[in-house]
Amino acid sequence: MWAFLQKLSSPKYFYQISGYLIPWFGGFCLVFMLAGLYFGLFVAPPDYQQKETVRIMYVHVPAAWMSLFIYMVMAISAGIGLVWRMKLAEVIAASSAPIGASFTFLALVTGALWGQPMWGTWWVWDARLTSELILLFLYLGIIALNSAIEDKRTAARASAVLALVGIVNIPIIHYSVEWWSTLHQPNSDWLTEKPSIHSSMLIPLLLMAVAFKLYYATVVLKLARCEVLERERNTHWVEELVSRHQSQQ
Amino acid sequence: MASELSAFYILLKRDLILAYRHRSELANPLLFFIIVISLFPLGISPESKNLQGIAPGVIWVAALLAAMLSLDSLFRSDFEDGSLEQISLSAHSLPLLVLAKVFAHWLITGLPLILLAPLLSVLLFLPDNAILTLVATLALGTPILSLVGAIGVALTVGLRRGGVLLSLLVLPLYIPVLIFAAGAVNEAARGFEVAGHLYFLGALLSLSLTLSPFATAAALRISLS
Repeated sequence: MWAFLQKLSSPKYFYQISGYLIPWFGGFCLVFMLAGLYFGLFVAPPDYQQKETVRIMYVHVPAAWMSLFIYMVMAISAGIGLVWRMKLAEVIAASSAPIGASFTFLALVTGALWGQPMWGTWWVWDARLTSELILLFLYLGIIALNSAIEDKRTAARASAVLALVGIVNIPIIHYSVEWWSTLHQPNSDWLTEKPSIHSSMLIPLLLMAVAFKLYYATVVLKLARCEVLERERNTHWVEELVSRHQSQQ
Repeated sequence: MASELSAFYILLKRDLILAYRHRSELANPLLFFIIVISLFPLGISPESKNLQGIAPGVIWVAALLAAMLSLDSLFRSDFEDGSLEQISLSAHSLPLLVLAKVFAHWLITGLPLILLAPLLSVLLFLPDNAILTLVATLALGTPILSLVGAIGVALTVGLRRGGVLLSLLVLPLYIPVLIFAAGAVNEAARGFEVAGHLYFLGALLSLSLTLSPFATAAALRISLS
Protein backbone atom coordinates (compact mmCIF):
# COMPACT_ATOMS: atom_id res chain seq x y z
CA MET A 1 0.00 0.00 0.00
CA TRP A 2 2.70 2.45 1.08
CA ALA A 3 4.89 1.47 -1.85
CA PHE A 4 1.97 2.00 -4.20
CA LEU A 5 1.29 5.46 -2.75
CA GLN A 6 4.93 6.36 -3.06
CA LYS A 7 4.95 5.20 -6.65
CA LEU A 8 1.78 7.13 -7.36
CA SER A 9 3.23 10.29 -5.88
CA SER A 10 5.97 10.38 -8.48
CA PRO A 11 4.79 12.75 -11.23
CA LYS A 12 5.68 10.34 -14.01
CA TYR A 13 3.54 7.46 -12.69
CA PHE A 14 0.78 9.84 -11.75
CA TYR A 15 0.72 11.06 -15.34
CA GLN A 16 0.40 7.49 -16.66
CA ILE A 17 -2.15 6.26 -14.13
CA SER A 18 -4.33 9.36 -14.37
CA GLY A 19 -4.29 8.88 -18.15
CA TYR A 20 -5.94 5.49 -17.67
CA LEU A 21 -8.35 6.72 -15.00
CA ILE A 22 -9.73 9.82 -16.70
CA PRO A 23 -11.82 8.01 -19.38
CA TRP A 24 -13.34 5.76 -16.71
CA PHE A 25 -14.21 8.62 -14.38
CA GLY A 26 -15.50 10.68 -17.29
CA GLY A 27 -17.57 7.83 -18.70
CA PHE A 28 -19.19 6.97 -15.37
CA CYS A 29 -19.76 10.67 -14.74
CA LEU A 30 -21.67 10.90 -18.01
CA VAL A 31 -23.78 7.82 -17.18
CA PHE A 32 -24.67 9.07 -13.69
CA MET A 33 -25.26 12.62 -14.92
CA LEU A 34 -27.65 11.48 -17.68
CA ALA A 35 -29.48 9.12 -15.31
CA GLY A 36 -29.71 11.81 -12.64
CA LEU A 37 -30.98 14.40 -15.09
CA TYR A 38 -33.50 11.95 -16.53
CA PHE A 39 -34.85 11.00 -13.10
CA GLY A 40 -34.70 14.61 -11.90
CA LEU A 41 -36.30 16.28 -14.88
CA PHE A 42 -38.80 13.65 -16.06
CA VAL A 43 -39.45 10.97 -13.44
CA ALA A 44 -39.46 12.88 -10.15
CA PRO A 45 -42.84 14.50 -9.40
CA PRO A 46 -43.10 18.27 -9.08
CA ASP A 47 -43.28 19.43 -5.47
CA TYR A 48 -46.78 20.29 -4.28
CA GLN A 49 -45.54 23.61 -2.95
CA GLN A 50 -42.54 24.49 -5.12
CA LYS A 51 -44.00 23.08 -8.38
CA GLU A 52 -41.42 22.51 -11.13
CA THR A 53 -38.80 24.81 -9.57
CA VAL A 54 -37.89 22.02 -7.15
CA ARG A 55 -35.92 20.47 -10.04
CA ILE A 56 -33.28 23.18 -9.61
CA MET A 57 -32.47 21.43 -6.33
CA TYR A 58 -31.03 18.45 -8.21
CA VAL A 59 -28.21 20.70 -9.35
CA HIS A 60 -28.15 23.15 -6.47
CA VAL A 61 -27.82 20.77 -3.53
CA PRO A 62 -25.02 18.58 -4.99
CA ALA A 63 -23.16 21.74 -6.04
CA ALA A 64 -23.36 23.09 -2.50
CA TRP A 65 -22.12 19.75 -1.13
CA MET A 66 -19.25 19.78 -3.60
CA SER A 67 -18.24 23.32 -2.61
CA LEU A 68 -17.48 22.12 0.92
CA PHE A 69 -16.15 18.71 -0.10
CA ILE A 70 -13.61 20.21 -2.50
CA TYR A 71 -12.46 22.69 0.13
CA MET A 72 -11.80 19.76 2.47
CA VAL A 73 -9.89 17.86 -0.23
CA MET A 74 -7.93 20.98 -1.11
CA ALA A 75 -7.01 21.84 2.48
CA ILE A 76 -6.03 18.26 3.34
CA SER A 77 -3.84 17.84 0.27
CA ALA A 78 -2.40 21.32 0.84
CA GLY A 79 -1.53 20.26 4.40
CA ILE A 80 0.09 17.06 3.12
CA GLY A 81 2.06 19.09 0.60
CA LEU A 82 3.14 21.53 3.28
CA VAL A 83 4.27 18.92 5.80
CA TRP A 84 5.76 16.19 3.61
CA ARG A 85 6.69 18.41 0.65
CA MET A 86 4.83 16.02 -1.64
CA LYS A 87 4.70 17.62 -5.08
CA LEU A 88 1.60 15.78 -6.17
CA ALA A 89 -0.42 16.96 -3.17
CA GLU A 90 0.52 20.55 -4.00
CA VAL A 91 -0.62 19.99 -7.58
CA ILE A 92 -3.95 18.52 -6.50
CA ALA A 93 -4.55 21.41 -4.09
CA ALA A 94 -3.76 24.01 -6.72
CA SER A 95 -5.97 22.29 -9.30
CA SER A 96 -8.88 21.90 -6.88
CA ALA A 97 -9.26 25.59 -6.06
CA PRO A 98 -10.76 26.78 -9.38
CA ILE A 99 -13.14 23.79 -9.53
CA GLY A 100 -14.29 24.41 -5.98
CA ALA A 101 -14.84 28.08 -6.73
CA SER A 102 -16.92 27.13 -9.79
CA PHE A 103 -19.11 24.76 -7.78
CA THR A 104 -19.60 27.42 -5.10
CA PHE A 105 -20.54 29.92 -7.79
CA LEU A 106 -22.91 27.38 -9.36
CA ALA A 107 -24.57 26.77 -5.98
CA LEU A 108 -25.05 30.52 -5.49
CA VAL A 109 -26.43 31.09 -8.99
CA THR A 110 -28.83 28.14 -8.91
CA GLY A 111 -29.87 29.24 -5.43
CA ALA A 112 -30.68 32.71 -6.75
CA LEU A 113 -32.60 31.24 -9.71
CA TRP A 114 -34.60 29.12 -7.28
CA GLY A 115 -35.08 31.97 -4.82
CA GLN A 116 -36.56 34.38 -7.36
CA PRO A 117 -39.80 32.39 -7.96
CA MET A 118 -39.93 30.85 -4.46
CA TRP A 119 -39.04 33.70 -2.13
CA GLY A 120 -39.72 36.51 -4.62
CA THR A 121 -36.15 37.73 -4.34
CA TRP A 122 -32.80 36.79 -5.82
CA TRP A 123 -30.96 37.10 -2.55
CA VAL A 124 -31.65 36.99 1.18
CA TRP A 125 -29.04 37.39 3.89
CA ASP A 126 -29.75 33.93 5.15
CA ALA A 127 -27.04 32.08 7.08
CA ARG A 128 -26.41 29.45 4.45
CA LEU A 129 -26.29 31.88 1.56
CA THR A 130 -23.95 34.18 3.41
CA SER A 131 -21.52 31.47 4.43
CA GLU A 132 -21.54 30.12 0.88
CA LEU A 133 -20.68 33.61 -0.38
CA ILE A 134 -17.83 33.88 2.13
CA LEU A 135 -16.61 30.44 1.04
CA LEU A 136 -16.44 31.79 -2.50
CA PHE A 137 -14.34 34.72 -1.24
CA LEU A 138 -11.97 32.28 0.48
CA TYR A 139 -11.60 30.27 -2.72
CA LEU A 140 -10.95 33.42 -4.75
CA GLY A 141 -8.35 34.56 -2.21
CA ILE A 142 -6.50 31.25 -2.52
CA ILE A 143 -6.63 31.39 -6.33
CA ALA A 144 -5.40 34.99 -6.29
CA LEU A 145 -2.51 34.19 -3.95
CA ASN A 146 -1.59 31.15 -6.00
CA SER A 147 -1.39 33.13 -9.22
CA ALA A 148 0.36 36.13 -7.63
CA ILE A 149 3.51 34.21 -6.67
CA GLU A 150 5.80 33.39 -9.57
CA ASP A 151 7.54 30.31 -8.21
CA LYS A 152 5.10 27.39 -8.34
CA ARG A 153 6.34 25.62 -5.23
CA THR A 154 6.40 28.76 -3.09
CA ALA A 155 2.93 29.61 -4.38
CA ALA A 156 1.67 26.15 -3.44
CA ARG A 157 3.10 26.38 0.08
CA ALA A 158 1.80 29.90 0.66
CA SER A 159 -1.71 29.02 -0.48
CA ALA A 160 -1.52 25.86 1.62
CA VAL A 161 -1.05 28.01 4.75
CA LEU A 162 -4.02 30.13 3.66
CA ALA A 163 -6.17 27.06 2.99
CA LEU A 164 -5.36 25.69 6.46
CA VAL A 165 -6.14 29.04 8.10
CA GLY A 166 -9.38 28.97 6.13
CA ILE A 167 -10.30 25.52 7.38
CA VAL A 168 -9.93 26.64 10.99
CA ASN A 169 -12.06 29.65 10.14
CA ILE A 170 -14.84 27.99 8.15
CA PRO A 171 -16.68 26.56 11.16
CA ILE A 172 -16.24 29.84 13.06
CA ILE A 173 -17.55 31.84 10.11
CA HIS A 174 -20.40 29.39 9.60
CA TYR A 175 -21.62 29.49 13.17
CA SER A 176 -21.12 33.22 13.60
CA VAL A 177 -23.12 33.86 10.44
CA GLU A 178 -25.78 31.44 11.59
CA TRP A 179 -26.03 33.14 14.94
CA TRP A 180 -26.07 36.56 13.31
CA SER A 181 -28.87 35.65 10.94
CA THR A 182 -31.01 34.03 13.64
CA LEU A 183 -30.65 37.26 15.58
CA HIS A 184 -31.95 39.22 12.64
CA GLN A 185 -34.60 37.01 11.10
CA PRO A 186 -35.86 34.33 13.45
CA ASN A 187 -38.60 33.36 11.01
CA SER A 188 -36.28 31.70 8.54
CA ASP A 189 -36.15 28.50 10.59
CA TRP A 190 -38.44 26.70 8.20
CA LEU A 191 -35.67 26.95 5.63
CA THR A 192 -33.14 25.12 7.72
CA GLU A 193 -35.44 22.35 8.86
CA LYS A 194 -35.03 19.34 6.65
CA PRO A 195 -38.33 18.14 5.28
CA SER A 196 -38.61 14.37 4.91
CA ILE A 197 -37.73 13.58 1.36
CA HIS A 198 -39.45 11.03 -0.83
CA SER A 199 -37.35 8.40 -2.58
CA SER A 200 -38.46 9.59 -6.02
CA MET A 201 -36.69 12.84 -5.20
CA LEU A 202 -33.83 11.30 -3.24
CA ILE A 203 -32.71 9.03 -6.10
CA PRO A 204 -32.01 11.80 -8.64
CA LEU A 205 -30.38 13.84 -5.88
CA LEU A 206 -27.96 11.05 -5.01
CA LEU A 207 -27.32 10.23 -8.66
CA MET A 208 -26.41 13.84 -9.31
CA ALA A 209 -24.22 13.94 -6.20
CA VAL A 210 -22.25 10.93 -7.46
CA ALA A 211 -22.07 12.44 -10.96
CA PHE A 212 -20.67 15.70 -9.56
CA LYS A 213 -18.06 13.82 -7.54
CA LEU A 214 -16.98 11.93 -10.64
CA TYR A 215 -16.95 15.16 -12.62
CA TYR A 216 -14.64 16.67 -10.02
CA ALA A 217 -12.38 13.61 -10.14
CA THR A 218 -12.18 13.83 -13.93
CA VAL A 219 -11.50 17.55 -14.11
CA VAL A 220 -9.06 17.65 -11.20
CA LEU A 221 -7.00 14.85 -12.77
CA LYS A 222 -7.00 16.64 -16.12
CA LEU A 223 -5.92 19.94 -14.54
CA ALA A 224 -3.34 18.15 -12.40
CA ARG A 225 -1.87 16.45 -15.50
CA CYS A 226 -1.41 19.83 -17.18
CA GLU A 227 0.13 21.24 -14.02
CA VAL A 228 2.49 18.26 -13.69
CA LEU A 229 3.63 18.65 -17.30
CA GLU A 230 4.25 22.35 -16.77
CA ARG A 231 6.19 21.81 -13.55
CA GLU A 232 8.25 18.93 -14.91
CA ARG A 233 8.86 20.41 -18.33
CA ASN A 234 12.62 20.25 -17.90
CA THR A 235 12.72 16.58 -16.95
CA HIS A 236 13.67 13.67 -19.10
CA TRP A 237 10.35 11.85 -19.15
CA VAL A 238 8.40 14.88 -20.35
CA GLU A 239 10.91 15.40 -23.13
CA GLU A 240 10.49 11.75 -24.12
CA LEU A 241 6.72 12.11 -24.02
CA VAL A 242 6.80 15.17 -26.25
CA SER A 243 9.22 13.63 -28.76
CA ARG A 244 7.12 10.45 -28.92
CA HIS A 245 4.04 12.57 -29.47
CA GLN A 246 5.74 14.52 -32.24
CA SER A 247 7.02 11.41 -34.01
CA GLN A 248 3.47 10.01 -34.10
CA GLN A 249 2.23 12.98 -36.04
CA MET B 1 13.07 31.00 28.99
CA ALA B 2 14.45 34.27 30.34
CA SER B 3 16.41 34.86 27.15
CA GLU B 4 13.26 34.25 25.08
CA LEU B 5 11.42 36.85 27.09
CA SER B 6 14.24 39.35 26.78
CA ALA B 7 14.30 38.76 23.00
CA PHE B 8 10.55 39.45 22.99
CA TYR B 9 11.08 42.63 24.97
CA ILE B 10 14.00 43.83 22.84
CA LEU B 11 12.10 43.35 19.59
CA LEU B 12 9.03 45.07 21.04
CA LYS B 13 11.14 48.02 22.13
CA ARG B 14 12.89 48.20 18.79
CA ASP B 15 9.60 48.29 16.87
CA LEU B 16 8.16 50.94 19.17
CA ILE B 17 11.26 53.12 18.78
CA LEU B 18 11.17 52.70 15.01
CA ALA B 19 7.51 53.69 14.99
CA TYR B 20 8.25 56.70 17.18
CA ARG B 21 10.93 57.86 14.73
CA HIS B 22 8.29 57.89 11.96
CA ARG B 23 5.60 59.63 13.96
CA SER B 24 3.90 61.22 10.96
CA GLU B 25 3.14 57.83 9.41
CA LEU B 26 1.44 56.71 12.58
CA ALA B 27 -1.34 59.23 12.19
CA ASN B 28 -2.33 58.09 8.70
CA PRO B 29 -4.50 55.07 9.55
CA LEU B 30 -6.14 57.12 12.29
CA LEU B 31 -6.92 59.95 9.90
CA PHE B 32 -8.30 57.40 7.48
CA PHE B 33 -10.53 56.04 10.25
CA ILE B 34 -11.86 59.51 11.07
CA ILE B 35 -12.40 60.52 7.44
CA VAL B 36 -14.24 57.33 6.49
CA ILE B 37 -16.58 57.73 9.46
CA SER B 38 -17.27 61.36 8.68
CA LEU B 39 -18.17 60.41 5.09
CA PHE B 40 -21.20 58.41 6.19
CA PRO B 41 -23.31 61.30 7.52
CA LEU B 42 -22.54 63.13 4.27
CA GLY B 43 -23.46 60.14 2.14
CA ILE B 44 -26.51 58.86 3.98
CA SER B 45 -28.17 61.60 5.99
CA PRO B 46 -27.27 63.81 8.92
CA GLU B 47 -30.39 62.74 10.86
CA SER B 48 -29.51 61.32 14.24
CA LYS B 49 -32.01 58.46 13.94
CA ASN B 50 -30.48 57.08 10.75
CA LEU B 51 -26.92 57.50 11.97
CA GLN B 52 -27.68 55.87 15.30
CA GLY B 53 -28.83 52.71 13.54
CA ILE B 54 -25.76 52.33 11.37
CA ALA B 55 -23.17 53.67 13.85
CA PRO B 56 -21.92 50.30 15.23
CA GLY B 57 -21.50 48.82 11.77
CA VAL B 58 -19.89 51.95 10.34
CA ILE B 59 -17.38 52.32 13.15
CA TRP B 60 -16.45 48.65 13.00
CA VAL B 61 -16.15 48.49 9.22
CA ALA B 62 -13.98 51.63 9.32
CA ALA B 63 -11.85 50.03 12.06
CA LEU B 64 -11.49 46.90 9.91
CA LEU B 65 -10.35 48.91 6.90
CA ALA B 66 -7.99 51.08 8.94
CA ALA B 67 -6.43 47.99 10.55
CA MET B 68 -6.02 46.40 7.13
CA LEU B 69 -4.37 49.49 5.64
CA SER B 70 -1.90 49.71 8.49
CA LEU B 71 -1.00 46.01 8.25
CA ASP B 72 1.39 46.48 5.37
CA SER B 73 3.88 48.30 7.63
CA LEU B 74 4.06 45.26 9.93
CA PHE B 75 6.75 43.38 7.98
CA ARG B 76 7.35 45.45 4.83
CA SER B 77 10.27 47.68 5.84
CA ASP B 78 11.93 44.87 7.79
CA PHE B 79 11.60 42.64 4.76
CA GLU B 80 13.11 45.23 2.45
CA ASP B 81 16.17 46.03 4.57
CA GLY B 82 16.78 42.37 5.38
CA SER B 83 16.25 42.54 9.12
CA LEU B 84 13.28 40.20 8.84
CA GLU B 85 15.59 37.51 7.52
CA GLN B 86 17.95 38.09 10.44
CA ILE B 87 15.04 37.82 12.86
CA SER B 88 13.96 34.54 11.30
CA LEU B 89 17.52 33.21 11.55
CA SER B 90 17.84 33.99 15.26
CA ALA B 91 18.02 31.17 17.75
CA HIS B 92 14.84 32.30 19.49
CA SER B 93 11.49 30.87 18.50
CA LEU B 94 10.06 32.74 15.55
CA PRO B 95 6.40 32.61 16.69
CA LEU B 96 7.35 34.46 19.88
CA LEU B 97 9.25 37.13 17.95
CA VAL B 98 6.32 37.44 15.55
CA LEU B 99 4.07 37.93 18.55
CA ALA B 100 6.33 40.77 19.74
CA LYS B 101 6.07 42.48 16.36
CA VAL B 102 2.30 42.05 16.24
CA PHE B 103 1.95 43.36 19.78
CA ALA B 104 4.02 46.44 18.90
CA HIS B 105 1.90 46.93 15.80
CA TRP B 106 -1.28 46.72 17.85
CA LEU B 107 0.04 49.24 20.39
CA ILE B 108 0.79 51.62 17.53
CA THR B 109 -2.34 51.21 15.42
CA GLY B 110 -5.01 49.43 17.46
CA LEU B 111 -4.77 51.27 20.74
CA PRO B 112 -5.26 54.77 19.24
CA LEU B 113 -8.43 53.52 17.52
CA ILE B 114 -9.83 52.49 20.88
CA LEU B 115 -9.03 55.87 22.39
CA LEU B 116 -10.58 57.69 19.46
CA ALA B 117 -13.74 55.60 19.14
CA PRO B 118 -15.81 57.27 21.91
CA LEU B 119 -15.30 60.62 20.21
CA LEU B 120 -16.44 59.27 16.85
CA SER B 121 -19.42 57.49 18.34
CA VAL B 122 -20.62 60.86 19.59
CA LEU B 123 -20.41 62.13 16.03
CA LEU B 124 -22.71 59.30 14.95
CA PHE B 125 -25.11 59.81 17.92
CA LEU B 126 -24.45 56.40 19.42
CA PRO B 127 -26.33 56.18 22.76
CA ASP B 128 -24.12 56.69 25.82
CA ASN B 129 -24.76 53.21 27.22
CA ALA B 130 -23.34 51.63 24.05
CA ILE B 131 -20.08 53.59 24.09
CA LEU B 132 -18.56 51.49 26.84
CA THR B 133 -19.49 48.33 24.91
CA LEU B 134 -17.93 49.80 21.78
CA VAL B 135 -14.67 50.38 23.64
CA ALA B 136 -14.81 46.86 25.06
CA THR B 137 -15.41 45.27 21.65
CA LEU B 138 -12.57 47.31 20.13
CA ALA B 139 -10.26 46.31 22.98
CA LEU B 140 -11.05 42.63 22.37
CA GLY B 141 -11.39 42.86 18.60
CA THR B 142 -8.49 44.96 17.31
CA PRO B 143 -5.83 42.52 18.61
CA ILE B 144 -7.60 39.80 16.61
CA LEU B 145 -7.43 42.01 13.52
CA SER B 146 -3.67 42.47 13.99
CA LEU B 147 -3.07 38.78 14.70
CA VAL B 148 -5.09 37.39 11.80
CA GLY B 149 -3.89 40.14 9.48
CA ALA B 150 -0.29 39.24 10.29
CA ILE B 151 -0.79 35.86 8.57
CA GLY B 152 -1.96 37.62 5.41
CA VAL B 153 0.92 40.12 5.49
CA ALA B 154 3.44 37.35 6.02
CA LEU B 155 2.09 35.56 2.94
CA THR B 156 2.16 38.64 0.70
CA VAL B 157 5.25 40.46 1.98
CA GLY B 158 7.45 39.16 -0.82
CA LEU B 159 5.11 40.38 -3.54
CA ARG B 160 5.53 43.75 -5.14
CA ARG B 161 1.84 44.60 -5.26
CA GLY B 162 0.53 42.79 -2.23
CA GLY B 163 -1.83 45.51 -1.02
CA VAL B 164 -5.06 44.63 -2.84
CA LEU B 165 -4.33 40.93 -2.59
CA LEU B 166 -3.92 41.31 1.17
CA SER B 167 -7.43 42.72 1.50
CA LEU B 168 -8.78 39.80 -0.55
CA LEU B 169 -7.11 37.30 1.77
CA VAL B 170 -7.75 38.96 5.10
CA LEU B 171 -11.20 40.56 4.94
CA PRO B 172 -13.18 37.28 4.71
CA LEU B 173 -11.32 36.08 7.81
CA TYR B 174 -12.38 39.24 9.69
CA ILE B 175 -16.09 38.53 9.26
CA PRO B 176 -16.69 36.72 12.59
CA VAL B 177 -15.09 39.61 14.50
CA LEU B 178 -17.29 42.10 12.66
CA ILE B 179 -20.43 40.09 13.36
CA PHE B 180 -19.88 39.70 17.09
CA ALA B 181 -18.44 43.16 17.72
CA ALA B 182 -21.02 45.15 15.76
CA GLY B 183 -23.71 42.83 17.12
CA ALA B 184 -22.66 43.57 20.69
CA VAL B 185 -22.75 47.33 20.16
CA ASN B 186 -26.15 47.06 18.46
CA GLU B 187 -27.54 45.06 21.38
CA ALA B 188 -26.09 47.52 23.88
CA ALA B 189 -27.69 50.43 22.01
CA ARG B 190 -31.06 48.70 22.37
CA GLY B 191 -30.40 48.08 26.06
CA PHE B 192 -29.89 44.32 25.92
CA GLU B 193 -27.32 42.09 27.57
CA VAL B 194 -24.02 41.89 25.64
CA ALA B 195 -21.96 39.45 27.72
CA GLY B 196 -22.50 36.58 25.25
CA HIS B 197 -21.05 38.54 22.34
CA LEU B 198 -18.09 39.67 24.42
CA TYR B 199 -17.38 36.10 25.52
CA PHE B 200 -17.30 35.05 21.88
CA LEU B 201 -14.89 37.85 21.06
CA GLY B 202 -12.73 36.76 23.98
CA ALA B 203 -12.77 33.19 22.69
CA LEU B 204 -11.77 34.36 19.22
CA LEU B 205 -8.99 36.45 20.75
CA SER B 206 -7.53 33.55 22.71
CA LEU B 207 -7.80 31.27 19.67
CA SER B 208 -6.02 33.72 17.39
CA LEU B 209 -3.49 34.57 20.08
CA THR B 210 -2.47 30.93 20.38
CA LEU B 211 -2.62 29.84 16.73
CA SER B 212 -1.87 32.88 14.61
CA PRO B 213 1.82 33.36 15.61
CA PHE B 214 2.58 29.83 14.40
CA ALA B 215 0.76 30.33 11.10
CA THR B 216 2.47 33.71 10.66
CA ALA B 217 5.89 32.22 11.38
CA ALA B 218 5.28 29.42 8.86
CA ALA B 219 4.10 31.95 6.28
CA LEU B 220 7.15 34.16 6.89
CA ARG B 221 9.50 31.25 6.35
CA ILE B 222 7.78 30.53 3.04
CA SER B 223 7.99 34.17 1.95
CA LEU B 224 11.64 34.39 2.91
CA SER B 225 12.68 31.13 1.24
